[in-house]
Formats: sequence, C-alpha cells, structure tokens
Amino acid sequence: METVVFYVFAALALAGALMVISFRNPVSSALSLVLTLVSTAVLFVLLLAHFIAVVQILVYAGAIMILFLFTVMFLNLKSDKLIFEAKNLGFKVSILLVILLFVGYFASLGFKDGVMKKTLGVSEMDGFGSIQGVGTSLLTEYLLPFELTSVLILVAIIGVVAIAKKRAN
Amino acid sequence: MGVEHYLVLSAMLFVVGAYGVIVRKNLIIVLMCLELMLNSANLAFVAFARALGDMTGHVFMIMSITVAAAEVAVGLALLVSIYSHRESLDIDLLKLLKG
Repeated sequence: METVVFYVFAALALAGALMVISFRNPVSSALSLVLTLVSTAVLFVLLLAHFIAVVQILVYAGAIMILFLFTVMFLNLKSDKLIFEAKNLGFKVSILLVILLFVGYFASLGFKDGVMKKTLGVSEMDGFGSIQGVGTSLLTEYLLPFELTSVLILVAIIGVVAIAKKRAN
Repeated sequence: MGVEHYLVLSAMLFVVGAYGVIVRKNLIIVLMCLELMLNSANLAFVAFARALGDMTGHVFMIMSITVAAAEVAVGLALLVSIYSHRESLDIDLLKLLKG
C-alpha cells in the first residue's frame, strides 16, 4: 500500500516539475508547481513528518505560491513580454528526460547496498515528526538558529521595502 | 521500502529544477525552478531524518523553507523592479546590474 502511494505521488511530483519547465505561460507553471508541492507534502506524510507536511502546504503551496501568482498577475499577463519562449523547447525537454533516466538509474545503483538500505527504525508511536517533537528540538537544541531566522526575515522585509521605495521615487 | 526511493526522487526533482534554471529564459519561471530545487533538498532532509530516526532533518527543513520564503520575497520585488525598468523579463537582456 505504502509503495503504491509513494509511486503515484512521486510520479505526480515529477510530472508537475516537468510541466513547470515546459509551459509557456507563467501562471500554468505556477499551478504545476503547486501540484509538485502538494505531492511532496503527501510524501512527507509517508515519511511520518506530519507537522512538516502541514508546514509545506501552508507556507509553500499557500503563501509562496500566492506571492508568485499575485506578482505574475500584477505584471499584466496579456503582454507577450511575459509569455515568450526559448526556441524548440520540446527538444530540450526530451533531452532532459534522457538525463533523468540516467540520473535515476545511476542514483539507484549508488544506493543499492549503501548504509541507508537498512529498514526504517522509527514508528509513529514514538511521536516522531509530531508538533511537540519538532517544537522541542527547535526551541531547545536549535534555539539560536531559530532566533537568527527571525533576523533573516527582518532583513528580507527591510530589503523588499527598500527596493519598493526606490521604485516609487 | 527503503529511504533510497525518496533520495532518487529528490535527485530527479533537483535535476529538473537545475535544467529549468539553465534552459528557461523567463525570469519568473527561473525563480520557480529555484523553488523546485529547494523543495527537492527538503525532501532529502526529511528522508534522512526518517532513516536516521533523528528529527534534526525536520528542523533543517524549517530553516530551508524560511530561507525560501525570504528569497522569494526579495526575488519577486527585484523582478517587479526590473520589469518596470526594462519592460521585459527575458534574462538574456539582463547583462548589466546597473540599468
């Protein structure tokens, strides 16, 4: 059962990623990226990372993609200054498919008898991936990086305001 | 099933993202491909966290998603600024930092 779910959503994630790089229209690309992000969230649930899956949906597929779509629509999509394309994209995507085949093949060979092959030890009963577990390690062991994250966000806010203000002048 | 399935998928998503950054000319789609690469790294973090039974990978993923959010905010602000200056988002036209 788990294997079937994994393969279905892995295929969806890969298909979404391929659609991101093959659509001409940025809005279609953004919606395909949502497909990839949601499929990845399902894979996080399979990896027992429930809190991470919710964060992925809320922050990535929610906030970041809204920001992308808002910007694209803000820039008046009708103009062909937004919808233009590199030449013979289909040929390039088919090259990419061959590269992907090789990457998948050699990566799976590389993992064939590595140390990662061992069976997955943790179970859902340990509280692995719960909000409590993630929050505890975030606020005890990794408190300093967590606080520095807020500095990063502050810098980003100030940077965006500075860029936007320069544009208004 | 072992964790190597997730790592192979993560490698494939990363390759697609990197290829998109190289091939596409539209600046918005290049930014989306960057997000794709960060997302594949997140998948590898969480897969390793599961394999090692250690939740450090989850904390790393939270950090990475924060960096992605900050990057996309600044990147899109720059993009709007570039568009209002140049009237185009073709990255081949952007050869100078000083417009």
